[in-house]
Formats: sequence, C-alpha cells, structure tokens
Amino acid sequence: MLGYIDKIREISKRLLDEGRVEMVIGFRKGTMPMMNEPTFVKNSGEVSKLVWDSNCGINLANYLTDRKEKIGVIAKGCDSRNIVTHILENKIKRDKLVIIGVPCKGMIDRRRITAVFDAEVREVSEEGDTVTVKGAGFEKKLKKSDILQDNCSACIHRNPVLYDELAVPLVEEQKDIERYADIRRIEAMSPQEKWQYFEDLIAPCIRCYACRNACPLCYCPTCFVDESRPQWVGKSQDETDIRTFHFLRAYHCAGRCTDCGACERACPVGIKVRQFTSKLNKDCLDMFGWEAGVLPDQRPPLDTFKPGDPGDFIK
Amino acid sequence: MKVIKIDKKDWAGGIDKIQDAYRLSGPVREEKSHNFKVLGKGELPDLNFLNTRLSPKSIVYPQSEIMFEYSLDEKDPDHHIMKDAAKDYSPKAVLGIRPCDASAFLLVKRNFDTPDYKDPYWVRAYESTTFIGAACNNPCSTCFCTTAGSGPFNEDGLDILLADAGECYYAKAITEKGDNLLNTAGWKTIADGGALKKIESLKKEAEAKISSLVSTDQLNNKKTTELYEAPFWEDVSFSCINCGTCTYLCPTCWCFDIQDENSGCSGVRMKNWDSCMFPLFTIHGTGHNPRGTKLHRVRQRFMHKLKYYVDKYESGIQCVGCGRCIRSCPVNIDIRRVCDMMNSYDPKACACAVK
Repeated sequence: MLGYIDKIREISKRLLDEGRVEMVIGFRKGTMPMMNEPTFVKNSGEVSKLVWDSNCGINLANYLTDRKEKIGVIAKGCDSRNIVTHILENKIKRDKLVIIGVPCKGMIDRRRITAVFDAEVREVSEEGDTVTVKGAGFEKKLKKSDILQDNCSACIHRNPVLYDELAVPLVEEQKDIERYADIRRIEAMSPQEKWQYFEDLIAPCIRCYACRNACPLCYCPTCFVDESRPQWVGKSQDETDIRTFHFLRAYHCAGRCTDCGACERACPVGIKVRQFTSKLNKDCLDMFGWEAGVLPDQRPPLDTFKPGDPGDFIK
Repeated sequence: MKVIKIDKKDWAGGIDKIQDAYRLSGPVREEKSHNFKVLGKGELPDLNFLNTRLSPKSIVYPQSEIMFEYSLDEKDPDHHIMKDAAKDYSPKAVLGIRPCDASAFLLVKRNFDTPDYKDPYWVRAYESTTFIGAACNNPCSTCFCTTAGSGPFNEDGLDILLADAGECYYAKAITEKGDNLLNTAGWKTIADGGALKKIESLKKEAEAKISSLVSTDQLNNKKTTELYEAPFWEDVSFSCINCGTCTYLCPTCWCFDIQDENSGCSGVRMKNWDSCMFPLFTIHGTGHNPRGTKLHRVRQRFMHKLKYYVDKYESGIQCVGCGRCIRSCPVNIDIRRVCDMMNSYDPKACACAVK
C-alpha cells in the first residue's frame, strides 16, 4: 500500500488547486510506530504531509459529520460504506464530498504486534506483504496477513463502494472466508456462559467512551449516557451501568455498522467491542440479507418494513 | 541515607511479611498488559514491565468512590441525613510504582491538600500509603520524564527507591515510612559503600536511554491570551474524538464529578472521575456550553497542564512525562508536540506556527 501515496497526494493537490474542495481529510505520519493521525490539508502546498500505509485504521467518515465545507476525503472500503450511511442518514450531502477511493488490503493490528514482544516495539516498516518489527535487541519479519485487525481479516469490501477518484486500481475481494467464527462460538454458549463471557469481556472498561467516539455512527447530539435531564445511566464503575452502555451502544449500531473496527482499535484497554456489533451484523445479514453502507439508494432494514421481513419472534 | 541490599531469594519472604501489616498492591500481568492490583497472599508483583497501562492514581483516588450514604425511608429517624461511608485507611503499600507515577501524586497534592482546603478522602488515602518505587532501567521511547520534572530514578514522592541490580535489589530508604516498611519486611542487610555508586551508574544509564525531550522553559513567559488564541489549536484538535482516554490514564488528571445514586429507599453520594474532554463536563443548566467544541476542550486540557498549572504553582508543568496519553490516544495526539508548539509560540510569526 506504500505506493499509493503519490497518487493520493496528486489527486488531493489537483482538487485543492482546482477549488473543487476546501479541504482534504486524510492521515499524517504518527509519532509512534503503527499510528497515523487523522488530519486535514487546506493548502495544496501541504499535501506532502499526507501519508498512506497499513496504519490508517481510523475511520475518516467520523470527521465528516456535520461539516459544512466542500471536502475531499480519503476513503478505504469501510470509510466509503460509512460515507454512504452518512448520506442515507442525512449527516452529510453527497455534493459536498469528493471521495478519493483507496482500495485497501487491511490494516495492521498494533496490539497484536506489541503483545508478541516483551520489549517495546520501536519501529515498524512494511514492504509488500512483509512487515518488519524492530525494538531494542530484536528484529522480526512478519507476514502482514497474520497481523491484520480482526475486522480486516474478515473484510469482503476492501474496495470503496462509492468514489469520485480512485487512487489505484481496485483490488481483489477476499472470498470464501469465515467471517463470523467468533460469533458462532458465542451463539453456541449457554445463557450462563454467555453472561460470564460478556462480563469478562467488558471487565476492564474505564468508560472513556473511545469506542463510541471513534465510531462514525455515534453522532447523537447528546448520547444516552450523557443525558442529564433526566439522567438515564449512572456514572460510576457500577457493572450494570457499564453493561447498559455497551449493550445499548451496540444496538444503536444495528443495521448500520460497517465493521470498520475503529471502536476496537480505539479502545485503550483492548476490549473486543466488535463482539457485540458483529453479532448484530450477522443477524442483519441472515435475516434481511443486509450489509450496511453498500447500497447508496436503499433504506436500512430497521427503518423500513417489508411484508417478507422475518417475524418469527412474534408469538 | 540508608541503602538495604535485598537478596532475591529473600524477596518473596519479605513480601509475605509486608502483607501481614499492609494491604499491598503491585503490578501484575493481565492478558496483554500490566496493571496495579491488590496482591493476594503468595502473589508477587511482576517487576518485569515497562509501565502499567493505567496509572496507579486509582490506588489513592478510585475512579468511583462513595463518600456518604443516606436513607430515604421516612420511617427511619435518620432519613435524609448524609452519613460518612465506611472507609479503610489502614496502612497500604504500593510496590513497583514507577518514579514518574509517584511524583505525579505530588503534583495532584497541590490541588487536594492545600492550607485552606483538604480533600479528606484523597489526603487520608495518600497518607496511609507507602510508595516503593521500581526504578526504571529501561524507559520507553515515549517517556520524557527527565524534561518533565521527574526521571527514571527520581525519588520525589517515594518512600523507598528500589533499584534492580541484577542479582539483588538495592532499596534506598527515603522516608521514615519507607524505613518502617523495610523493617517490617525483615530486609535489614545494610549494603556496602558500592551500592550508592551502583545506583548512580544505573541511573545515569537509564537517563541516557531517554530519547524524548520537551522544552518547557518559555511556557511561563507566554501570554495566556496569546496562547489561548494561537492558530495551532485547530490543527492540534482536528483528530481528537473527545474520548476520556488521555485524562483517565493520566496520573496527574484529578477532575471529578459528584453524583447521588438512589436505589429503593437508600442512596449514596459518590465522586467519579470526570474528564474535560467530555462536553458534559462544562455544560450549564441553561444548556449553554462554554466549551462547546472539541477545539475548546482539547485546548483546555493542554492549557491546564502546560500553562495554567505552570503559572499558578510556579513549579513546572502538570505532567510527569509517563507517556501514557501518547501511547494510548486512539488518534495519536502527542503532548510532546503540543508542548513544543506552545513553548516556542511566537504570535508575531503565527503564520508559520502551524507545523
């Protein structure tokens, strides 16, 4: 993916020079290995600060919400699906956007890499499908496909679904992959086992709300956990309140989640929060044949009714 | 100053004795990272760590803490009267705290323990705790403690400094509290004259490994209003998602919120960590929010740590350089970069200030 950046910069410069956009939203090089920071460029002389590699996992659709400018936005497959969702939900107008599509081969899971080594990881570089990890006294080459974020390993929409410019040719989509192995394992558990599983899963939560805030879907002017008149949810480390937050956050994403993985990537304590949303994604696929953000002209299943909708739950 | 040599074979036995007299916390490896927890009998702290993911501030200042309890049952003669919640201020000890995190308590103390006002919960919890620091032989690339008023062998805020010298530990007793703990543990072998030299050389070695530096010398001279209005805040705050990660992981962030929670006919008044990153932190009863945008909130966090605190207490920044906010920020906002932008800000050349 390293070769992409020249083309991304070229397109960004052109869009800015031609006055087609007021800003381009992309990534600049981070100050830590495996981290890039979302940023904007307003002046075409600064496009050289834009970067693109396998550390651009943050979903840039999150930076479009309610903006008024004409924006050029760099979008990999999942970002583009969230842009579609934003357009469907009237959070941004299509004609305000120039989408620079970037076919994606997956983002590196930095937690997976740091967990492999006892010593601090100081430098990570990539070339083709090989990722080289260096630290004090060690150097190791890893295969990129072994260290992807879970959602990237299970991704079947690597190509942007909606774009105005394409940085590089489309890539081949992954086929015949088991996308919901984790979820099937949890589905097979007894209610008690499931309860315990989710208790353990969210036990480290510190309620920083990074999962919610990294998510482009979470744009309510006041989130239910922040509502103070009346207050719906307690503020302490009470486990019922923490559970309530996680369960409701997931349900608010039902039929809308694109499985971009930004929530899981953002969590500072490493909670696999996708375990909640993936189940809802799987249900939407099983029940409605629906994947969020793929079709720009179709309403999501949870805000439409069709006579053929499954109704087995009505007894 | 007394330096005790602790043979590693006497380590577990000493810890066992400490646990008879103190509630002992230490770093333990959880699934993928280290965190402080209260150690059970026979459980040893794992000192083979860089630093813990969460800061140890919660040992003195828990994320949620009940202050009062009350009854709402009007048949109860004491109904609607706030009563102190039961507290345990028996001796506690933290073994393996990093020097940066220990010195952070001193920065927080300026807020919670003043001549005029004392937070009784924080002060009593702090005073009942003995801090045994694990000197940092291998600082991380994100550690900038040496230019943030601390250091890998810094003794401020510690009762004992423990240096790992390979075959043994050297324990430098810094306070009387520290002396008492060493006695309790039965660690009594006075180290020979070479110990202090060894500690000094380990310290030099560790300090030389610090690769991150910040400049803070000009912060005090900058005009608050000029920094406040600096053009770089748009650039700095753009990527921020306004989560509470930086503030909750920070050993020096102290803000809290007070809440009453009722259940049936009884209730509690509690304090919970709060974060200046959240819009709810400042929203008024009218619905107006004086820090209504993320630019306001991000600026507040950095201005508080790097300008208001500096001016108010005149003893440096409200940061010890532990680097947690850098390592855990989901979008890589880096306080080192912001600190340098603030420190070198020249409003006359502001067109060039945005990097």
